[in-house]
Amino acid sequence: MIVRILGEGQREVADSELDGLNALDATLERAVEADDVDAFTGALLGLLDAVRSAGAPLADDSLEDSDLILPPSDATIDEVRALLNDDGLIPG
Amino acid sequence: MSLMKRMSLIFKSKASNALDRAEDPRQTLDYSYQRQVELLSKVRRGVADVATSRKRVELQVNQLVQQENKLTEQAQKALSMNREDLAREALTRKSALSGQITDLRAQQAQLQGEEEKLTLASQRLQAKVESFRTRKETIKASYTAAEAQTRINEAFSGISEEMGDVGLAVQRAEDKTATMQARAGAIDELIASGALDDASSINRGDDISRELEAMSSQSDVESELAALKATSAPASIEAPDSTTPAELTAEENEPHHQEGQS
Repeated sequence: MIVRILGEGQREVADSELDGLNALDATLERAVEADDVDAFTGALLGLLDAVRSAGAPLADDSLEDSDLILPPSDATIDEVRALLNDDGLIPG
Repeated sequence: MSLMKRMSLIFKSKASNALDRAEDPRQTLDYSYQRQVELLSKVRRGVADVATSRKRVELQVNQLVQQENKLTEQAQKALSMNREDLAREALTRKSALSGQITDLRAQQAQLQGEEEKLTLASQRLQAKVESFRTRKETIKASYTAAEAQTRINEAFSGISEEMGDVGLAVQRAEDKTATMQARAGAIDELIASGALDDASSINRGDDISRELEAMSSQSDVESELAALKATSAPASIEAPDSTTPAELTAEENEPHHQEGQS
């Protein structure tokens, strides 16, 4: 499974890691919905760290698309909400 | 659905929207490649812009540190002249500068981070663009309508996702840099107006300098006067004239020699 962290690139993560990542993802999602900035920052960094340590970077010249995409590490809660609502943040 | 899944679906839908626009898939390949190259040069410009901003902030930090040092010297000089009031004033201004310096250093670090991130992003994009170009030529050479669409889709969705990512990164870096440039501009104006560093601007005399200079030029007058008196009555002086320092040194050194020899 390929996971992209925006601004950092893609990583290949074993499928067996998915449950752990999903649990962290659920925490992050709750924080975004509750508009809880402190919980959001912790959850985002936790999830990104988990992806970084679980996955090896994909070769730069690979043209594969990702199964999962994560916000950049310095994203604000508002940016993440805008990304999810596709508020024209992603160019293209 | 998980947040990470939703986000990847948004990127995928962008990619397929872009793909649907062209009638002949081969045109899509060329058009996309053109946009990739444009984006690549945009990222490189982005790196250069961030570097320029970082250097500007560095320059400001250096200027302010220089002024900070000058204020420290002024405070020492003022104290040595028993002017605690002036020393206090110099130190007060110094502490205001220190805050600015800390703030600027944080900005400098942030810009450095952005610069590194964008540099890596441009390397990744460049590798993908080259890979895409190779694949594009292969697809076009062996083009048969039946198989083309799938292969184009494959090549296209990967690069399109990268472009979305890099485009977003450039945009965010531009926004951050713009904010910092506005602040850097404000600090430049403050420096130029002398409001920030009134006590320490380098070319112009400030009030503390003026007062210290007035005091030291007064003491210069005193010492020159004393020196003049010395030439007429050598025994009655304390201020140095041209011969005194050598004599003093000789006198100071002699006891040491004797101690060393005994």
